[in-house]
Amino acid sequence: MGDPAPAARLRPARREIRFGEALTPLQGLARSALTAGPAIGWVTLFLLLPLLGIVLFSVLTRGPYGELQLPFTFGSYSRLAGFGLFGFDPQYPLIILRSVVLAAGTTAVCLLAAFPLAFFIAGLPGRAKGIALTLVVIPFWTNLLIRTYAWQILFAPDALLTRAAVAVGLAEEGMPLYPSAFAVYVGMLCAYLPFLVLPLYTAVEKIDWSIAEAASDLGADGRRVFRHAILPQVMPGMVAGMILVFVPATGQFVIPDLLGGAKTVLIGNAIQQQFGASRDWPFGSAIALVAMALVLLGLWLQTRTAGKRGEEGLL
Amino acid sequence: MKGPVLATAESRRVLEDAPSAIEIEGVSRSFGDFKALDAVSLRIRQGELFSLLGPSGCGKTTLLRIIGGLDLADDGVVRIGGVDARAIPAHKRPVNTVFQSYALFPHLNVRDNVAFGLRMKKVPEREVAARVARALELVQIGGFADRKPLQLSGGQKQRVALARALVNEPQVLLLDEPLGALDLKLRKELQVELLSLQRRLGITFVFVTHDQEEALVLSDRIAVMRAGRIEQLGPAHALYERPRNRFVGSFLGEVNLVEGTVERTAPGEFVAVTALGPLRAETRPGDPAPYGKVTLAIRPEKVRMVTDGTPGENRAQATVEAVIYIGSESHYQLRAGELRFTAYAMNARATSRELREGERVQVELPASALIVLED
Amino acid sequence: MTRRIPLPVWLTSLLLYVFLYAPIAVVIVYSFNAARYGGPWRGFTLRWYQSLLDNADKVAAARNTIVLGLASTAVSTLLGTGLGYGLSRYRFPGKRLFAWLMYIPVVIPDIVMAVAMLMFYALARDLLGLFELGMTTMVIAHVTFQIPFVAIVVRSRLVGMDPAIEEAAHDLGATSWQTFRHVTLPQILPAVVAGAMLAFTLSLDDFVVSFFTTGPGATTLPILIYSSVKRGITPDINALSSIIVLVSVVGTVAVALLQRPPRTEGTKT
Repeated sequence: MGDPAPAARLRPARREIRFGEALTPLQGLARSALTAGPAIGWVTLFLLLPLLGIVLFSVLTRGPYGELQLPFTFGSYSRLAGFGLFGFDPQYPLIILRSVVLAAGTTAVCLLAAFPLAFFIAGLPGRAKGIALTLVVIPFWTNLLIRTYAWQILFAPDALLTRAAVAVGLAEEGMPLYPSAFAVYVGMLCAYLPFLVLPLYTAVEKIDWSIAEAASDLGADGRRVFRHAILPQVMPGMVAGMILVFVPATGQFVIPDLLGGAKTVLIGNAIQQQFGASRDWPFGSAIALVAMALVLLGLWLQTRTAGKRGEEGLL
Repeated sequence: MKGPVLATAESRRVLEDAPSAIEIEGVSRSFGDFKALDAVSLRIRQGELFSLLGPSGCGKTTLLRIIGGLDLADDGVVRIGGVDARAIPAHKRPVNTVFQSYALFPHLNVRDNVAFGLRMKKVPEREVAARVARALELVQIGGFADRKPLQLSGGQKQRVALARALVNEPQVLLLDEPLGALDLKLRKELQVELLSLQRRLGITFVFVTHDQEEALVLSDRIAVMRAGRIEQLGPAHALYERPRNRFVGSFLGEVNLVEGTVERTAPGEFVAVTALGPLRAETRPGDPAPYGKVTLAIRPEKVRMVTDGTPGENRAQATVEAVIYIGSESHYQLRAGELRFTAYAMNARATSRELREGERVQVELPASALIVLED
Repeated sequence: MTRRIPLPVWLTSLLLYVFLYAPIAVVIVYSFNAARYGGPWRGFTLRWYQSLLDNADKVAAARNTIVLGLASTAVSTLLGTGLGYGLSRYRFPGKRLFAWLMYIPVVIPDIVMAVAMLMFYALARDLLGLFELGMTTMVIAHVTFQIPFVAIVVRSRLVGMDPAIEEAAHDLGATSWQTFRHVTLPQILPAVVAGAMLAFTLSLDDFVVSFFTTGPGATTLPILIYSSVKRGITPDINALSSIIVLVSVVGTVAVALLQRPPRTEGTKT
C-alpha cells in the first residue's frame, strides 16, 4: 500500500482489450480489414465509385453515337433547369417537379393511412401485435413489379372497382382506371405504406398516454389532445418514416411506368429513357445526380432528426 | 483435485508465510476522465480466500478483471504465481473467472459448458470426461449434465459456472459477485458451500462483493476499497474491530461516532473530552497517535447499558428513543444530550427486561472498545 | 399497452389491410382463372401452372433466377456477416463514415443504383474488356445491394449479445479463432441464416437493377414478367407471379420467426 518502486511503473505495450482479447492497434486494423474489409471494398468498388462516376459523366458531352466525350460542359444541367438547345423548355424542370410532387403526395397519403394503422396495431394485445405487424411487412417483401401490375388487373374496365367508379360517375364506361395519376398514387400508396407504418408504429407504441389523459383532464378536446399531447411524442418516428417514403419515391420508375402510361414521365422513367432508348448518358447521369441529391438530402435530414432510428425503421 | 485438505475447525487461518499467488503493484486504470483504480498495491497469499469489498464504482471489479486479463492496467505490475502477467493474454493465464452473469454458453449443455476449457486446450477426451464428472460432483450438479442453461435456475447456473472454472485447476479463482443475483436463503447456503469448497481445494479465491456480511463470513482477508483505492486491508476480525476511518467503520457493520478533543495522554491510553464527558480510551500498538481533535468510534454491541445508576468511567446518561426488536437481539436508539447512538443487546436471558421508550439508562462505553478513527 | 380501439380506426385499418393484400390476392386468384385473356372469372383451372413447365423461356428464366439468387446470397452472406461482425467488434479509421456509406444501397432508388452499375460495367468493358452484361454482372449487382441487409441483421444480433460470454471463452483458454468458431458463430447463426434468407428474397424480388444489368441468355423471372406485362397480362404470368409471391411470403415469415429475440433465461431460483 505504499508508493510503488519507480522500476515497477513500466508501461505495457500499447494494447487494448475488447471482449476478452488484447489487440495492438495494428492487429485491430488487420482484423477489421479481414472481416469488414471485403464488404466495404466491394460496395466501394461497385457502387460508391460508380456513383462518383455519375458525377463525372454528368458533365461530359454526348457523342454522335451516344458515347461519352469531352469537352466538359454543364449542358446537361442547364437542360434540366429548362434551358435546352432551343430556348426555354420546361419539360425537365416539370419532370423533376412532378416527381417531387408525386413523392410529397405519396408521403401525405401514406401518412393519412399510416396513423390509423399504427394506432390500431399498438392497441392490440401482445401476440396479436406481432402478427399484425408481420402482416404489414409481408406484402412489403413481395415483388413490387407483381404487386404493381396487379393493379392493372384491379383497374381493368370490367373489374369491380372500375364498375363502382363508373356507377359513381368518376370514370367512363368501358375504360380502365389506368393509366392515370390516380392509379399511380394508388400504386405508390400500396408500395410505400409499410415504410411509414413501421417507424410510426414504433413511436406510437412508446407513447406516454398519461400526458394525453392529463391534457384531456385539463379540458382539451380531441383535436387539441392530439396536436399537443400525442403528435409531439410521435414526431421523430413520423419524420423518419416520411423520409423513408419520400426519398425512394422520387426515383420510382416501375409504378409510373406501369400505371401512369407515357404521359406521366418522372425522374425514374427519364433516367431509364436516357440510358435506354435515347442513349444520352451524360444527361441521364445528371438526372440521376439530382435523384441522388434528393437521397442524400433525405439521409442527412434523417440523421439530424432521428439519430439511429433509421436502422430500426427498415427492419 | 489437487491441494492440501486444510482443517476447517480453525476459525481464521494464518497464512503469513504462504507464497504470493497474486502481486499487484501500483496498478492504475482510468476510463476517460474517470479514475477507476489509483495506484493500487496488494499481495494475495496462496491458498487464501481474499475479498475485495466496497460500494459500486470503487474499482473492485476492474481490479479483478485486470487480474483475469480481461482488462489492461494503464500502469503498474501484476504478477501471478510470481510471473509478470502483463504480457500474458487472458486465455493463457492460469486463472479462471466466475462471472456475475454466469456467462454460460447458451448453445451448449452443462457438460459441454464445463468441458469447454479442457477441450480448448486439447485435453484427451477420456480425461475430459473424467474431470468433468468430478467437477460436476464437486458442485453437486451431476444430475443436470444434459440440461441447457436455459433450463436451469439461478443457483444451478451458479454451480455450473463454478464447475466450468474449477475443472481447469487454475492457480487462482476469480469470482465477480457470484451470489449477487440470488435470494437471501440461497445466497447463505452457497456461501457456506463456497467456503468449504475453497478449504477442500486449497485454491486461492479472489472474491468481489459489495455485501459486507458476505465478506466477513467468507474471507481470510478483506481489502475494503473506495474510489479506486484500498482503504484498509487485513483479516476480517482486524477490520471490524479496528477500522481505520469512518468509511471502513461504517461500511463493515454499524458504528457510533463521538467527536472529542484529547486532554491528556499516557502510555497505552488517553483521555478525550467529548459531549458525553471525559472518555478514556485504550490504544494499541499501531494505532494513530491521538492529539487535538479526534473521532472516537464504538460498535453498537460493545455499548453497555446499565441500570444500577452508579457513576463510573466512560458512563453517561441517556434516554431510550426507540427500540427495534429483532428476536435474538434488540437494537436501541439512544440519545444523550445532542448525541444519538445505537446499542445492541442480545436477549440472552429468557426474562431479560427489555428497556422501553422514554426510559432513562446509563450507558458505558468501555475504554477497550473505543476506537480512534483517522478521519 | 392495450386500449380500446375506436371503431373508425378498426374499420380503416381493416380496409388498409385489404388494400395491401388486394394485389397479391388478385394475382393468385386470377392464376386459377380459366379465362384465356384475363378478364372476368370463367372457372377454376390449373392449366396455367402446367403450361409454365412446358414453356422453355420461363423455365430458363426460373433457373436463372434461382442460380442468381443462390450465388448472390452466398457471396453477400459471407461479406455481409463479416461486415456486421467487423462493425460491431472493431474500431478503425473512417469506421463511422463507412458504416454510414453502407446504408446507401438501402435507401438509394433502384434506378440510380442500376444506372451506376451499368456505367461501371460499360467502363470496365471499354477499358478492360471485362464484364459483358450477363449473369455475372447481375450477381455482382445483387450482392451489392444485399450486403447491407445481411450486415444489419448480423450486427444487431451481435450487439445484443452478452459480452461476458466471449470473455468467458477467453478466460477458459480459447484463442480468438476458437472463440469465434465455438462460441460466437453458433450464437449468431440464426441471424446469419435470417440475413441469407432476406438476401435471397431481395434478389428474387429485384427487377430494376436486374433489368439494367442483364444480358442475353440471362433473363430472370421479374424481367420476363415485366416484358410480358408490357404486352398485356396473360394468366400464365399470374401463375408465375403467384409462385414467386408464395416463395417471398414463406421467406419473410421464416425470417420473422428466426429473428425472434432469444428466450430470456429462466428466472427460477
